Amino acid sequence: MKKTVITVVGKDSVGIIAKVCTYLANHQINILNISQTIVDGFFNMMMIVDVAMYDKEFGNLVDDLESLGEDMGCIIKVQREDIFDSMHRL
Amino acid sequence: MINIREVLETNEMIDKENLDVRTITMGISLLNCIDTDPDRLSDKIYDRITLAAKDLVSVGEAIEKEYGIPIVNKRISVTPIALIGGSACKTPEDYVKLVRALDRAAKTTGVNFIGGYSALVSKSMTKSDELLIRSIPQALAETELVCSSVNLGSTKTGLNMDAVKMMGEVILETAKNTADKGSIGCAKLVVFCNAPDDNPFMAGAFHGVTEGDEIINVGVSGPGVMRRALESVHGADFGTLCEKVKKTAFKITRVGQLVAREASKRLQVPFGIIDLSLAPTPAIGDSIADIFEEMGLERAGAPGTTAALALLNDQVKKGGVMASSYVGGLSGAFIPVSEDQGMINAVQDGALTIEKLEAMTCVCSVGLDMIAIPGDTKASTISGIIADEMAIGMVNQKTTAVRLIPVIGKGVGETVEFGGLLGHAPIMPVNSFDCTEFINRGGRIPAPIHSFKN
Repeated sequence: MKKTVITVVGKDSVGIIAKVCTYLANHQINILNISQTIVDGFFNMMMIVDVAMYDKEFGNLVDDLESLGEDMGCIIKVQREDIFDSMHRL
Repeated sequence: MINIREVLETNEMIDKENLDVRTITMGISLLNCIDTDPDRLSDKIYDRITLAAKDLVSVGEAIEKEYGIPIVNKRISVTPIALIGGSACKTPEDYVKLVRALDRAAKTTGVNFIGGYSALVSKSMTKSDELLIRSIPQALAETELVCSSVNLGSTKTGLNMDAVKMMGEVILETAKNTADKGSIGCAKLVVFCNAPDDNPFMAGAFHGVTEGDEIINVGVSGPGVMRRALESVHGADFGTLCEKVKKTAFKITRVGQLVAREASKRLQVPFGIIDLSLAPTPAIGDSIADIFEEMGLERAGAPGTTAALALLNDQVKKGGVMASSYVGGLSGAFIPVSEDQGMINAVQDGALTIEKLEAMTCVCSVGLDMIAIPGDTKASTISGIIADEMAIGMVNQKTTAVRLIPVIGKGVGETVEFGGLLGHAPIMPVNSFDCTEFINRGGRIPAPIHSFKN
């Protein structure tokens, strides 16, 4: 399992989660956890996904979701989970 | 499992508070390149560096992308060139051939800087050391990416005052040779007392002779993150303040450790150390001076600044050491003037002088850094400032450094623009009373007593 964190930050609108999930489903990425919150009026969503079966390079996932985010007017970041584990877990 | 609050905290640090990994620096030993012919030696140096570091930049960029953390610089440090060129170089011009090879290798590998055009002369100089030092003004004028450093003293050996005198002249000459670019050559030249072998930061990085063939050292950063964290304990007592600094330093360093481990694994080069330095940049908010202001000082340089820096430096180390398996380099807080907008403001407001900066260097990780001074400053005055700073390092068993920029053609009240990470700097006044007779004495200042411990 290769856990990866996807964050979506932006103004809330119809279909954001649907579009991200469609991409993930089309590329064999399994969603392990989803949570969301509103911070300063902005929609914040975090997904933890498994990219072990992803059919492209990790860099493509970063680029693809970034441009998907741009199309929807929000910022999508894809980061390996280790950076958060390192910072917040002993 | 990681939660959304933690993810947002990390990303806020990166996106809004300028959290980054300041540098991945690959140390490369050049000892196996030594040759008697300068041209052959140049070729060997170029081949050795470009082969060892061929993937450094691409691996750094891949890590940046996958973890979403900027890695601002990818750099190379090499064995001090005065040790490598000894049998090949008979004139300063021979050394300039080597520096060209370093510059070409840096450009081929795509790194931001290469350090190690250096000599270690803390006790005395070999002929080779002297030739390299004399070549520095030409070397730094002819190259773009090469950084140079000279270790002038140590706690064990005392201060080499002949070299201190010579470096005052070399710094001035370097300034003159790059006068058309704001004397920027001097921004790539630093002198040390107690220089560490594993420093990943420029201009002082070199790959010490105690190191292996290749090594990965990582420098972390994050003054912006620190300042923001301290906002949450505004007005609290010092115990609370120190706890906050420690915890924040821990978080920052853990990211550096992760990046270092990944880079080491992917490049198949051993991990050396994390340098726990808070390194400011000219970006607004990424400033050590802003941390002082958040602590309750009106400006950097106000009474209390040395105490504030002492606690900041110590708590950063206490938090950072826990977060990394190996810590080294300079590790502390940097207080460059030109690279820190808050420090520039403090100078322009009259709050911060060279003398106060000198006092601050007693408790921080480096020294008088990126300070622009009038272009008509005498070489002996520069040597005097260096001697003072080296003495602080020697007596206090710590690294100290001097990176002064005599800006040719400019005087107090004017500013000089370097661009990029080097920023811009107001020209600071220098005490103009003469020290020539003192500097001209020559010889060595003996090592201080750190004995009688029985």
